[in-house]
Amino acid sequence: MNWPALTVFIILFGLVTVLGFVAARWRQADLNHLNEWGLGGRRFGTIVTWFLLGGDLYTAYTFIAVPALVFGAGAIGFFAVPYTLMLYPFVYVVYPRLWSVAHRHGYVTASDFVRGRYGSPLLALLVAVTGILATMPYIALQLVGIQVVIAAMGFAGGGLMGDLPLIVAFAILAAYTYTSGLRAPALISVVKDLLIYITVIAAITVIPAQLGGYGHIFAGIAPDKLLLAAPTDHNTGAYGAYATLALGSVLALFLYPHCITALLSSSSRGVIKRNMALLPAYSLALALLAFLGYVAVVAHVHDDPAYADYFKHYGNNFAVPALMLKYFPAWFVGVAFAAVAIGALVPAAIMSIAAANLFTRNIYKAYLAPQATPADEAKMAKLLSLIVKVGALAFILFVPTQYAINLQLLGGAWIIQTLPTVVIGLYTRWLHRWALAAGWAVGMCLSTWMVVSQQFKPTFPLHLGDWTLPGYAAFYSVIVNFIIAVLLTLAFRTARLAEAADQTVPADYEHDVT
Amino acid sequence: MAGPGRLKRSVWYVILFIPFFVAIWVPLFNRIEPSIYGIPFFYWFQFALIVVAAAVTGAAYKAKI
Repeated sequence: MNWPALTVFIILFGLVTVLGFVAARWRQADLNHLNEWGLGGRRFGTIVTWFLLGGDLYTAYTFIAVPALVFGAGAIGFFAVPYTLMLYPFVYVVYPRLWSVAHRHGYVTASDFVRGRYGSPLLALLVAVTGILATMPYIALQLVGIQVVIAAMGFAGGGLMGDLPLIVAFAILAAYTYTSGLRAPALISVVKDLLIYITVIAAITVIPAQLGGYGHIFAGIAPDKLLLAAPTDHNTGAYGAYATLALGSVLALFLYPHCITALLSSSSRGVIKRNMALLPAYSLALALLAFLGYVAVVAHVHDDPAYADYFKHYGNNFAVPALMLKYFPAWFVGVAFAAVAIGALVPAAIMSIAAANLFTRNIYKAYLAPQATPADEAKMAKLLSLIVKVGALAFILFVPTQYAINLQLLGGAWIIQTLPTVVIGLYTRWLHRWALAAGWAVGMCLSTWMVVSQQFKPTFPLHLGDWTLPGYAAFYSVIVNFIIAVLLTLAFRTARLAEAADQTVPADYEHDVT
Repeated sequence: MAGPGRLKRSVWYVILFIPFFVAIWVPLFNRIEPSIYGIPFFYWFQFALIVVAAAVTGAAYKAKI
């Protein structure tokens, strides 16, 4: 047992627990209203939103998995860098429109918007179900991040004793999410992000210096890992995979319910736009973390007998924790591991709130209890946030971790199928609601088949003529989805199929608070 | 309604998406040289592009786009 690390870890964990409960009194309002519990009253300003979105997008799993991918596969793992740098201009242009229309009409979820825009309960249900399906394994993966650092501090025993810290951590998380709603992760994300920045800065200054500097580290990486493999005859190889992984991830990310929840909780369009210029600070941190994957290679943590058991159990996900154990003093390992664990709690809380919002608004209220008052909604959402978390915990404890990873990968390919409905819907409702539903259905099946046929690898080797174009399955499948939606729309318009009412008017999409 | 003119907006959208196209044009930066202090071009270029993309987004905000 690593006592100094564990002590620091517990102190920091205790601090955020207190914060989580205190959050209920922060900007006090009636938390028995879904708008307050589930969206923090839509009152978060630039700074809170910066921490909240940063804490939400850059999850603990990201911080473990991105360097792990670089550690194992090399340059391709850096697709996270173009991904995060393209993300912000895209969101800057597109998503203030979602904030505006949601603010104008009191929409809490993307599915609320779809229902209002297309007048289609079916399409709204599809968007809600996709969101919930994609979010559940994502929550489970946050637990993997906590599991790895808890094990690294000496709780590797397995059985109930090994799992107990994880259960305790999650019970605490569930309790303060229940009482404080979105205010809890918003407040905790400040601590989380500060710890992450401290850890990243320490890691990229202290560790490379001990290994002979940056140049030396890059020199120690095998040449075939250092760059992407160039295209060969009739095969675009890693180039297309790198570009489509980045592009597909950009298009998918803000369709995730937890991102939309954080976005809608901000107080104005200006808050979102300012943040799109400020959030790349996290991209820099992520790029540096990705580089730690190479540092771990050169440090030979993989060959260190002290970590052999962990690598056997957690695979390359142990690369960064091993690096920290090897080069940081024990107390600072506590800080770094707390950063990872708290970094898992923030997105897990937001994800469970977002999934609860979706279920409450778009399944419970839409189908099961149309008479539900806002207080009923809040009560239901609170209860659901608990159920969602217990489900995620059970999944991680009783099902092999690889399943959660595979499902999260599928989730990314699924959530992007709502792109034509949601993002194009922000500009025009020319696409017919049934055409969108058909495109969605094809996209879901196609993306699932693509991912499963490659044994849960994200890239699919598309054959066009005598060319092979390996690329992100989510990206390919959403293109097919979109083409089907366009073609069927043309057919439906020709057949003069019934149109439904639109709740929104063009000015709603530019609306701002004054 | 008040706001930037259509043309101004369109020009800014094009500017905003320049880093976008650079970032997915892989052959442009998939190379070792010119390296800086032993850091291959592939890595420092994309790192620098994060800063450029952020600066462009910030400039768009200043221009009230």
